[in-house]
Amino acid sequence: MLDLVWLIPAFPLAGFLFLMIFGRRLGEPKAGWVATAAIAASFAATLGVFLELTSLSVHDRRSVTTLFAWVPAGDFSVDVGFLVDPLSITMCLFITGVGALIHLYSIGYMHGDRDYNKFFTYLNLFVFSMLMLVLGNNMLLTFLGWEGVGACSYLLISFWFDDEANASAGKKAFVTNRIGDWGFMVAIFATFFTFGTINYAEVLDATASGQLLQSTATLIAVMLFIGAIGKSAQFPLYLWLPDAMAGPTPVSALIHAATMVTSGIYLLTRINPIIADAADWLPTLIAWVGVGTALFAATIAVAQTDIKKVLAYSTVSQLGYMFLAVGTGAYVAAVFHMITHAFFKALLFLGSGSVIHGMDGDQDMRHYGGLRRLLPITSATFIVGWLAIAGVPPFSGFWSKDEILLFAWNESPALWAVGFVTAILTAFYMTRQVILTFFGRYRFGDARPEEIAAAWEACLAAATEAVDTAGADIDKTRTTVEAATTAAETARMALAEAQAAATAEPLEGQEPADPEVLAAAVLAAEDAVVSADQKVVEAERALAAAEVTYAEAVEAHETHVRSAADRPAVPELALAAAPDTTEVADHLPAEVAQRNEYHAHESPWTMTLPLVVLAVAAATAGVMQLPFSPSLKRLEHWLEPSLFGNEVHLSVATSTMWILALVAIAGGIAGITVAIAAYQKRKVDYTMFERSILAEAWQVDRRVSDFMGGPGTAGFEATAGFDQRVVDGAVNGTGRLVQRLAQEVRRFQNGLVRTYAAGIGVGAVLLLLWFFMRSGI
Amino acid sequence: MSFSLLASASTVTFPVLPALLLVPFAGALLVMVLPRQRPELFKLVAVLTSVTVMGMSFWVLYAFDTQHGADGFQFLSNQTWIADLGISWSFGIDGISLFLVVLTGVLFPIALLATDPAHDNRAWYGWLLVLEGGVMGVFLSLDLVMFFICFEVVLVPMYFLIGRWGHGNRTYAATKFFLYTMAGSALMLVGIVALAFLHADATGGPLTFNLIEIAEAQSLATGTARWIFLAFALAFAVKVPIFPLHTWLPDAHTEAPTAGSVILAGVMLKLGTYGFLRFGLYLFPEASHYFAPVFLTLGVVGIIYGAVVAAMQGDLKRLVAYSSVAHLGFIILGTFALNTEGIEGSLLQMVNHGVSTSALFLLVGMIYERRHTRQISELGGLQRSAPIMAAVFTVVMLSSIGLPGLNGFVGEFLILLGTFTAHRWWAMVATAGVVLSALYLLWAYQRVFHGPAEGDNAEMSDLTLREGLVLAPLLVLIIFMGVYPRPVIERMEPAVDALIEHIEFHVEGFHEPVTRGGVDLGDAPEVEHTDEGEHE
Repeated sequence: MLDLVWLIPAFPLAGFLFLMIFGRRLGEPKAGWVATAAIAASFAATLGVFLELTSLSVHDRRSVTTLFAWVPAGDFSVDVGFLVDPLSITMCLFITGVGALIHLYSIGYMHGDRDYNKFFTYLNLFVFSMLMLVLGNNMLLTFLGWEGVGACSYLLISFWFDDEANASAGKKAFVTNRIGDWGFMVAIFATFFTFGTINYAEVLDATASGQLLQSTATLIAVMLFIGAIGKSAQFPLYLWLPDAMAGPTPVSALIHAATMVTSGIYLLTRINPIIADAADWLPTLIAWVGVGTALFAATIAVAQTDIKKVLAYSTVSQLGYMFLAVGTGAYVAAVFHMITHAFFKALLFLGSGSVIHGMDGDQDMRHYGGLRRLLPITSATFIVGWLAIAGVPPFSGFWSKDEILLFAWNESPALWAVGFVTAILTAFYMTRQVILTFFGRYRFGDARPEEIAAAWEACLAAATEAVDTAGADIDKTRTTVEAATTAAETARMALAEAQAAATAEPLEGQEPADPEVLAAAVLAAEDAVVSADQKVVEAERALAAAEVTYAEAVEAHETHVRSAADRPAVPELALAAAPDTTEVADHLPAEVAQRNEYHAHESPWTMTLPLVVLAVAAATAGVMQLPFSPSLKRLEHWLEPSLFGNEVHLSVATSTMWILALVAIAGGIAGITVAIAAYQKRKVDYTMFERSILAEAWQVDRRVSDFMGGPGTAGFEATAGFDQRVVDGAVNGTGRLVQRLAQEVRRFQNGLVRTYAAGIGVGAVLLLLWFFMRSGI
Repeated sequence: MSFSLLASASTVTFPVLPALLLVPFAGALLVMVLPRQRPELFKLVAVLTSVTVMGMSFWVLYAFDTQHGADGFQFLSNQTWIADLGISWSFGIDGISLFLVVLTGVLFPIALLATDPAHDNRAWYGWLLVLEGGVMGVFLSLDLVMFFICFEVVLVPMYFLIGRWGHGNRTYAATKFFLYTMAGSALMLVGIVALAFLHADATGGPLTFNLIEIAEAQSLATGTARWIFLAFALAFAVKVPIFPLHTWLPDAHTEAPTAGSVILAGVMLKLGTYGFLRFGLYLFPEASHYFAPVFLTLGVVGIIYGAVVAAMQGDLKRLVAYSSVAHLGFIILGTFALNTEGIEGSLLQMVNHGVSTSALFLLVGMIYERRHTRQISELGGLQRSAPIMAAVFTVVMLSSIGLPGLNGFVGEFLILLGTFTAHRWWAMVATAGVVLSALYLLWAYQRVFHGPAEGDNAEMSDLTLREGLVLAPLLVLIIFMGVYPRPVIERMEPAVDALIEHIEFHVEGFHEPVTRGGVDLGDAPEVEHTDEGEHE
């Protein structure tokens, strides 16, 4: 079975090739099932190899299988071959195991995506690369996987490439990683230079038998550490990981939490004899970079509002713990935490994906709240993940983190103290996340600050408009009054004329008018006057009404202006109650109503099943390494052949261990309690914790971007300008100079063959003379 | 067995190497005399000719003896030409030139099939065939005069290809290309003549321009050889081009038609790097060793400088052109590392750069045909409208970035490895080039293919079947050479080893820098000393 180790990466590779050719034809969901089956088969193969390995005696648990010579050049020769040992198979187990679950999950998560099949093609290629990374029997093959996972990470982060931000995030991840890769490459060169080979078996055996000089060991280890910092997102090369959250959430879970980002820790664990031979300051440096990054990232996670950003910084922080473990010689603890972290962080990411899926793509935790009733499975499993990461016994994270802290104490109490503070912060920010998401008030339908502000603006605009309309109305009715008054006067004059006509003596020689006609005219005129007067009254009444309306409008406007000015600031996070919007209810944008009608929903079984499996693993994975007795330290025994006895031996008394464990538990509980007090009970003002400097991640990213966009770009521009003006300018200048000279020289070109012949002759003589002189004749 | 007969070069009487050179010229002549009424025949004849040449190059690859005499020249063909002057018609091929010949054989049909000229078909196909013959001549000649003639002949067709069928500023670019490279090689002619005369003088033998004779004799005084080396080196440095002699390249590449760019980048730049190996290291081992630090430095500068300038280009084709400056910096670095890994890496990089950069130029050409612009700022979101093109571009780009598993990595890695064993500080700086190549290529890709597609970009059509077929062989090579470079390296190695032995033999005190190999590291105090001095 050990010879069949090649099957482990072969399945994902076959899946990748198959999907590349037939993926489009298969479509949804078949492409997803094929990809999942490939990884599941790979997991089965890994199990087979694992069982075979356990059946061997401890000393035989290392085998190398060579497939073919990859790059044989001169003294340098590298095969495509696999190194099977407890470390590589442990990695394979959780890569394929967690990988298969995340593939299954993606079938549901990526439902309806236009590039559905492409997603699974990339995902299979990623798993293949990751397996090459851990199974490679030499540094170059690890580097192949290393770069391969980087490329897949790039492709998957910028998967939704229509958005520039996603595209930038992918590019940033690749380029930042390449800085680390520089170190990895130099380390390979130095290893080859030193050993004449880069096969792990030979290099590590030679090193473990004490044949490596300290200075060389230090150089190689430092360079690999630089590589590890890039891939595993440690300070200062962590900047790409938070941005990497732009990718689909299963990608964040698989690549940017469970597997790829742990490559750095794998690499350092793999070459542990070299670290053991390196100068003492190196492990100390690794430990401090690790624990420093852990604390740094944890402080940032406290103030993030994007559910995935919290988990991203949390991942950086947890990876810091693993570096702390490596630096303190606790390789078993590093691998232990790598495994438990793979379970609980994959669980948390997938859970957050399920939440995002259920919440219509919204990633802002301030818009969540109370989801435990709407997403029962997601919330239950997420809570398991939370308890695991927060270090609550007996969940897995407690055991692995406790072991790391123990070794940190063993090395230096200062390291322990920083790690302990980080643990408190971890418990705090994870509790905050759980409360904001699953507990408290359901806030999704709330009007949001910007919507309320917009509503107020609309409301004030409407009030102003009402005033204007009322004003215009007054003008209009006033005109009507005047017109009516004029009409009434006209009617009176007509009446007077009619009366005069009725009483007047007929003129000489004229027939007297018919008195009846005259009387009728008078009557008609009288009627007209009455009706005109009535109109005047009506118009005046209308005017009065308009004036009242106007006054009311003005008053209403004033009220609105006043209440707009006096209205309480709407908090971004409305923990206690929904913001009061009664006054502007009519002006709220339609989205608010839409959100109120939206029903958050639990995800399909393809998504919840992986959550349940991972939750079980996250809860129970501690059993693989329990501190109570040597026989319970199963992982330690298992990894022994890969560690060359470089695992540090604890010199801590049992009583101290118990005290440290209790202190750690107390710290975790303290973190949880404070978060509950702030976000659930609202006894403590949460804005105390969410400082803007933390929300802005200590402004490191911004400053780096400013530098790259400013002086960095300017330097590049200057170089390009130098190329154009100076380097090329010199060429063109020479060209022009020759042209001008040619104008002069043209005089010699007089067409006389004699002149040319003379020139050639003189030249030839000079040339010959030179030859003779040089050759000493 | 007919197979063994076929595989054994000594029993073959067909002069395949001269044929590689003459068939294209014959094809060019045929194109010239074809009836004007049948323009479609021009292309047919040209393609058939180049495919014939490709077939012959494959046959050479197949029949190349990897067992006996694999370290020397094979398929030798000697005819006296001008006996009085010692100029002969002399051809041979070894592991150093083998894959450049095959690369030439493969790239010409691709270039011919990729695009059709807008006008003057007859001249277009004629010049391209002349170019192929000239390039073959450079790679196959073992006579200095013959080599020089071919080295210069290739300028003429390329001048016309750029000047007549090029883009906007083509006259300027063509003239600059011609004058610059011509000026560079003028001194080489003087060097060749001087070398032959001095050699004849020193050995007392008849005048000869035969490369092997002169190189094996190493008859010149050290100082003289260094001067003549510089005359050769200048010609090659311009051709490669090495910083700071590179500025003809972005103009020529950018203004050349697609087929011209493909040939220019794919094979013509290799005339310079090949020249360094064959007529630099082999002919002047001492001088090459003496001047190595200069070239190593210029190589490193080229790697970093080319990448930085490439990053700032607004024109996609210019960007690819500057990326060539960086990639060729690697080749120079590996060449002057003067060890097996470095030189084999350089040879691989020559082939790989030929494949990857040709593919990039083809892709940029295809974008230009559709969008009539190469300005990065006017493109965007093309992955949405042309997903297959984007996928192909991604693979080629990753190859150019040097992703392991694809071809670009193997060469780059071996170069850096070889350089590290010899000159670690140069290697450590040069390795930074891999960061920069990722930066400028991914940035360009993002601006061209990612983001929202608007206007004409949203309407752009994807690859046609013909375009796909043109790119397919290059993609196959990109993957094959990345996964299984062994057959290529195996065929190179004897010749490279022979070259290094030659240098070791003729350079006093020089030994190929080797690794410590072995496990008794503790027992080597002088190594210990070096080690501490370097690392602490």
